[in-house]
Amino acid sequence: MINRRDFLKNTVRGIAGIALPLAAFEIINPNKLFADKSDKTKVRWVFLVDTVKCVGCGMCVKACKLENEIPYDADVTRTWVERYVLTKEGRVFADTPKGARDGFTTEKIDLNADGFKDIKKDDIDKGFFVPKLCNQCENPPCVQVCPVGATYQAPDGVVLVDRTWCIGCGYCIMGCPYGVRFFHPVYKTAEKCNFCYHRITKGLKTACVQACPFGAREIGNIRDPNDPVTKVIMTERVGVLKEEYGTKPQVYYLGLSKEVK
Amino acid sequence: MKSHVYRPLWVVIGMIALALIARHFYVPMDFGVHERGYMYGWFRAANIEEWKNFKVKYQGTDYCKGCHPDKYESIMTTPHAIIPCEDCHGPAIDHPSNPPKLAIDKSRGLCLRCHFYLPYPTSGRANIRGFADPESHNPGTECVMCHNPHKPSLEGLK
Repeated sequence: MINRRDFLKNTVRGIAGIALPLAAFEIINPNKLFADKSDKTKVRWVFLVDTVKCVGCGMCVKACKLENEIPYDADVTRTWVERYVLTKEGRVFADTPKGARDGFTTEKIDLNADGFKDIKKDDIDKGFFVPKLCNQCENPPCVQVCPVGATYQAPDGVVLVDRTWCIGCGYCIMGCPYGVRFFHPVYKTAEKCNFCYHRITKGLKTACVQACPFGAREIGNIRDPNDPVTKVIMTERVGVLKEEYGTKPQVYYLGLSKEVK
Repeated sequence: MKSHVYRPLWVVIGMIALALIARHFYVPMDFGVHERGYMYGWFRAANIEEWKNFKVKYQGTDYCKGCHPDKYESIMTTPHAIIPCEDCHGPAIDHPSNPPKLAIDKSRGLCLRCHFYLPYPTSGRANIRGFADPESHNPGTECVMCHNPHKPSLEGLK
């Protein structure tokens, strides 16, 4: 028979025991990444896109494909530019022909099987371009689902694919909420943007950042408080894509609109 | 108990041992759980170096400037100064040794990437001088036949 004293003691111990592991569920956010100065050599790569500066020339897509040896005429790409046209009636049209490898050289919106949509100048309410690339999520779902440890998050936050280890099951391609992954037509393995890992680790900018004439794309280290990209992210109004998924994406957008998914 | 009961057990133990020996030789020593734990950090560490050693192709405008300072100086005084050399001239890779000559993209399409006028009020595109109907302006000819991309103002017409 349990007495009142033992019951209260056990209850207090039990609650204390349950509460302790809750610390393990602490959520990581950009502010925390920025604030963590415990190791000065540490790097956390992040990306900044200014959608107002982007004119949709697609030079970034061309440079990315040539730099990273993505077959030029295959309809796959590590980065792409989307065009959004919002009409005064409230309709939203979006396209990205060939991932905007050749830019946007027509006002007609490519609706794939439904042909082309010509929107009159007077009907346009808003029109803009949104470059997309891997978000190098802090909690990457593509990495969680890999059954063989072929895709992983490097210590500096970039998610890489080990081509010799990938079995081509495609789970990561399905798992990415942003649709940035695809099969490499030559290697037959999962492929994705890795912020030009071979360039950023040598102190160079990514191929897309370097190719952009308008400064719409920038790469930076959020652990460095003097980095111009870090300053913008910490002080200006930036948005991320699909925040509700809890992936903690690390590509920040200036001038993001609610129509952009 | 008689030995025939144990026999399948030895077979199973033998198979497990064989699998463990094969695994020891097949799985690299640097494959395992790294900094971020099993969920995000389960990988072969040598792959990071493999990606770092990937070939760089785009060398940047400063690389071009070293040998072509005249071209660099001329374009820097024009609105085209913002365009990196390799956007039109192609990636330098190991130029001048490989390739000895870069294939310049002189197509109309390259110019129209920016100069096809799109009336999008919330994008920088609307601020660029361009054509709404490029086919009415000398169709079929390359823009560089008349316009000098290093001196794009109308005074620079060839």
